[in-house]
Amino acid sequence: MVEITIKKRPRADAVVTQRRFFKKTARGKVIKVLRERYLRDDVSCGIHSCRQCASIEESKPTLPSSGSLDHSSFPNGHFVLPDTNVFLAQMDLIESNLFAPPIIVLQTVMEEVRHRSLPLYNRLKALLKADDKQTWVFYNEFRSETAVVREEEESPNDRNDRGIRKATSWYHTHISLARPPVRGQAKPTIPDVVLLTDDAANRQKAEKEGIKCMSVRKYVEGAKESSRLLDLLSAVGSNEIEPTKTAAARQALYPEYLSTATLVAGVKSGQLHQGHFNANPYNYLEGNVPVSTFDKPVLLIGRENMNRAIQGDVVAVEVFPESEWKAPGDEVVDQETTLKDDDADESEEEGDDIEAIREAKVLRAEQAKKAAAERQPTGRIVGVIKRNWRSYVCHIDSSSLTSSHETSLSQQTVFATPVSRSLPRIRLRTRQAPALLGQKILVTIDRWDNTSRYPEGHFVRALGKVESKEAEQESLLLEFDVPYRPFGKAILDCLPPEGDAWVVPPKSDANPEWRDREDLRDLLICSIDPPGCQDIDDALHARPLPNGNVEAGVHIADVSRFVLPDTPMDSEAAARGTTVYLVDKRIDMLPALLGTNLCSLRPFVERLAFSVIWVSAAREMTPEAEIVNVRFTKSVIASKQAFTYEEAQIRKDDPTQTDALTEGIRLLNRLAVQLRAGRMAAGALNLASPEVKIHLESAESSDPVDVEQKELRETNSLVEEFMLLANISVARKIQETFPQTAVLRRHMPPPRTNFEKLQDVLKKRRGLALDVSSSGALAASLDKCTDAAEPAFNTLVRIMATRCMLSAEYFCAGSVGRDTFGHYGLATPIYTHFTSPIRRYADVLAHRQLAAAIGHAPLHASLHAKPHVERVLGVVNRRHRMAQMAGRASVEFYVGLALQGRARQGPPVVEDAFVIRVFRNGVGVFVSKLGLEGLVTFTRETSFDAENYQISVPTTATATATTTTVAVFDRVKVQIAVERDKNTQRGKVKMTLVGPVDLRALSA
Amino acid sequence: MGSRVEILNDDGYRSDGRRQFELRDITMDLSQRGTADGSAMITHGLTQVLVSVFGPREAKMRSQTFHDRAVLNVEVNIAPFSTGERRKRNRGDKRILEFASAIKSTFEPVVQTNLYPRSQIDIYVHVLQQDGGLLQAGINATTLALVSAGIPLLDLVCAVTGGVHSTSPMLDLTTLEENDIPHLTVAIMPKTGKITLVTMETRLHADRFADIFKLACEAGQVIHKEMKRTVRARTRRLVDAMDLGIRSSAGTGENVDKDVAMNEPE
Repeated sequence: MVEITIKKRPRADAVVTQRRFFKKTARGKVIKVLRERYLRDDVSCGIHSCRQCASIEESKPTLPSSGSLDHSSFPNGHFVLPDTNVFLAQMDLIESNLFAPPIIVLQTVMEEVRHRSLPLYNRLKALLKADDKQTWVFYNEFRSETAVVREEEESPNDRNDRGIRKATSWYHTHISLARPPVRGQAKPTIPDVVLLTDDAANRQKAEKEGIKCMSVRKYVEGAKESSRLLDLLSAVGSNEIEPTKTAAARQALYPEYLSTATLVAGVKSGQLHQGHFNANPYNYLEGNVPVSTFDKPVLLIGRENMNRAIQGDVVAVEVFPESEWKAPGDEVVDQETTLKDDDADESEEEGDDIEAIREAKVLRAEQAKKAAAERQPTGRIVGVIKRNWRSYVCHIDSSSLTSSHETSLSQQTVFATPVSRSLPRIRLRTRQAPALLGQKILVTIDRWDNTSRYPEGHFVRALGKVESKEAEQESLLLEFDVPYRPFGKAILDCLPPEGDAWVVPPKSDANPEWRDREDLRDLLICSIDPPGCQDIDDALHARPLPNGNVEAGVHIADVSRFVLPDTPMDSEAAARGTTVYLVDKRIDMLPALLGTNLCSLRPFVERLAFSVIWVSAAREMTPEAEIVNVRFTKSVIASKQAFTYEEAQIRKDDPTQTDALTEGIRLLNRLAVQLRAGRMAAGALNLASPEVKIHLESAESSDPVDVEQKELRETNSLVEEFMLLANISVARKIQETFPQTAVLRRHMPPPRTNFEKLQDVLKKRRGLALDVSSSGALAASLDKCTDAAEPAFNTLVRIMATRCMLSAEYFCAGSVGRDTFGHYGLATPIYTHFTSPIRRYADVLAHRQLAAAIGHAPLHASLHAKPHVERVLGVVNRRHRMAQMAGRASVEFYVGLALQGRARQGPPVVEDAFVIRVFRNGVGVFVSKLGLEGLVTFTRETSFDAENYQISVPTTATATATTTTVAVFDRVKVQIAVERDKNTQRGKVKMTLVGPVDLRALSA
Repeated sequence: MGSRVEILNDDGYRSDGRRQFELRDITMDLSQRGTADGSAMITHGLTQVLVSVFGPREAKMRSQTFHDRAVLNVEVNIAPFSTGERRKRNRGDKRILEFASAIKSTFEPVVQTNLYPRSQIDIYVHVLQQDGGLLQAGINATTLALVSAGIPLLDLVCAVTGGVHSTSPMLDLTTLEENDIPHLTVAIMPKTGKITLVTMETRLHADRFADIFKLACEAGQVIHKEMKRTVRARTRRLVDAMDLGIRSSAGTGENVDKDVAMNEPE
């Protein structure tokens, strides 16, 4: 059993044993705090074979009795006792394994470091635990001889300095007492205890008291290997060390916002510009705001100019005079590395401290090297018109924790690092920080005062362990704001009461179901979809007519029969906007009963459909599929077969199959080829996007096994062509009938400036020209962008060109000019979405409008109202964008998992990649095989040539003997690994250059 | 507040220089205060509690008495100046009522109330200074006050708080520690080893409970020793004083039979 004792504290010594101080709370209240302190004589000095301390149990001395004999100034051996400022400024030096003297760390010093910077304190603690260092913590405040009391008129800093000096001199006498001279023997050598400090005043006082002391520089100069250690000395000179600041009024770090009235007036008069704020994910000190006045977005450099805006906020910007315009940075600046020593606790002063200085340095360094050519409007944010804050998925930054013990219940201020790189760290106060480490959590931003460097938020809930599939999936949905709750009862009540027993009623004129419906059950209709598809919303047929013409039909699930306007199901579908496809999950827009059963055009059952039927005059060999007639009708169909793309392809290519269904597919294919040719001739773009497919082990375990690029077959294009044709035909029809409210889709031609950079790169690197005058010209010049040696080069250029374009959007026909209806990518004057009503809400609207246009049903009043349609489409556009991003992020996550899986089994993954961007200290690469984009950063000196988009990297460790140049479009080899960020537990894809130069050893 | 103080550092020191199993300085003062029948002031470190006991006496309201035993009436007053932040608590405060009822239920099985039917024993607890372990101090002071009032007890009740930091148990927590780590208060009857109170307001892992509970019981014995020493010293002083008185007035002193139990070796 342990020994329980009562520690006695003499009442008479209350001055020494009690500490009394005043504390200011967060609310500004002043509290008097009284703490006691128990002084003891059993605090060990930590030196081996010290006779005085031998009696103290449980002390395991770690310092050698002779000290270190390596320093030239101390032939008798010495111990180093560093002051606080040494740890604050020269941590790198002390951490170096070249710096080997035994170190005595005083409790006073530990506490001061802890108060000044938690991350540094954590480094110090790691240092104390390191095996290769001889360190000892001396609890001078608990030892009765060395405890000091703050005197009247003495600053806390002076008190601490005095405590440090007192401890130093105590050590000195302690060592000599422990080794008394023995008569007849040589005088024992007594090692020195050297006070290391960069504080000149402290040194002076120490010298007066006869204590050995030295500045760090002077000490290092006399040490072994001084030349190498001197390099590690940080530049902060001794004179820059300021004493611990006493509580000063919090300084404003950001300019105040202007009042709302001023903002509105400013925007109206054109002095201010309004736009959405976009943070630069590569450089947290930079952002931009696209505004209509300028071609290029307004650049914002530095924290003050970004003035507390967060990704997506609508802000008002003031643009600087043209002489102050700057070019965007070309360096990767990572928040976590630059600010790793920043402190989460609010009690710290956040004024003009070390971090701010460091940041300013980064910015200056960048600006100095900037070429004047690419200047763009630069400005600052003067106000926020609308905040766009929501909940963000974050990780707790482990280095910002004050206590990481599971049992700790104390409230702590910690940093939460959002998963998205475009967001700043969020400061949050929580009592459960240790339990949240390694979890994905949801954090909401509450406010961002101008005295606080970081926004403040609160913890909403935990999503689960990092990298568990459930947590990642949910965090993805939250991050992209996808509504994923199960459908409520009110919505499910809108379904047919028969449930999945619902069938098309038998044909009779009396039945309202058959009113105005054509019976197409005898047609040889089939559907072609990706494997495993359950929500089949389109089916096709084609047949030669007796008169020699050809009839082709597209049959779309009749969703508007089930989803009626003004029902809870309709409003839910409108709010969801689209079905979201993740790798292992589908978040439906409509309840599964409709989506995968009643509406889904499954084979062998009768289903209601909305059909578009063309009659073409094209005979066997005519090159053009001339459409004679198109009609739209509600119908009842019975699909004869559901094919996958592959099955349909095999069936078509198999000459032995000659049944009517196969012939139908062949006929469809012939027509599709002609349609495609016609479209290409009109100038449609053949774009490329990096699409990959994830192989899952099985549906249940959903462990990714491998990644491969998606394969495109002839039949894919077959279906695509007919869907395009149906959409175009429907668009024409509804636009004719409802010129004010027709739901259409357009793709604006990109501004020419978007292509400038790509054109320049292509010209300089490959001598190729890109004609962007029209989509046709672009398509033609893209076809010429080939490299015989690099078949993937063309795809790469297409991907990069696609990124220069705008995204397509839904719009209301009456809201924009007739001349802007065009679809740039498809090169068609008018377009809509009609063919996937199960998974897109815009299609449901198009269905309703088409039904009204053909006189099947009257149009609901809301679809006559332009503002209503505009509002609904606004939501759908946003959801559509988010769904795309969520899908992509999901693929990315699984690619990461697959990579990890591969790396576990075999050697590190090395893939071919193309350089797509060059930064001052790194290159952006694209791995086409994995559809993965990544960043390779160089830690060593490089020479960067912005004009020619190239960077020279030294090939060997020895200085700049030989260099290799890497430029945009170069093929390189990269090693890909997924590693966890130490602090945030966030899985990060880390790429390292392997070829043409192997940097694995250098960047480590 | 995100405190920057380490509860227990790597070298086994707590923030005030104690080690895990070291209790804070205890002082006990049993001197007479005013008209109280018994009173005691106890300090555990910077926590200071004064308890005055009145009774057994006739109850003010007969309706609240029992025909077969005495009623314990505990009233608690927390001085506004007892914490750093001046804060006035009125008597209806839920925390205070809870505190009072904890003391009451702790002592009900210990005080031999059946000896005093239809009467009332008033216990007034004054908290003068707080720095953690308030309940422990309140209970210990009440025990001493009851002793000094000469009310028959089955045993001295000794209370100790214990907490657990990560996996290391600790004893006698300060406010700073109480705010950070899960803790419980145990009151024991040292002779029989029975427990009259265990209270815990924080969550604690079930596996840790046994350790810390046992440890708190051990610590209760240590406090008991301290209490016994104080009580005996006081009694000896009183008895000596009586001795002197008897000697001087009657001149005899042969059969002053002192309480044998009081002289048993420790």
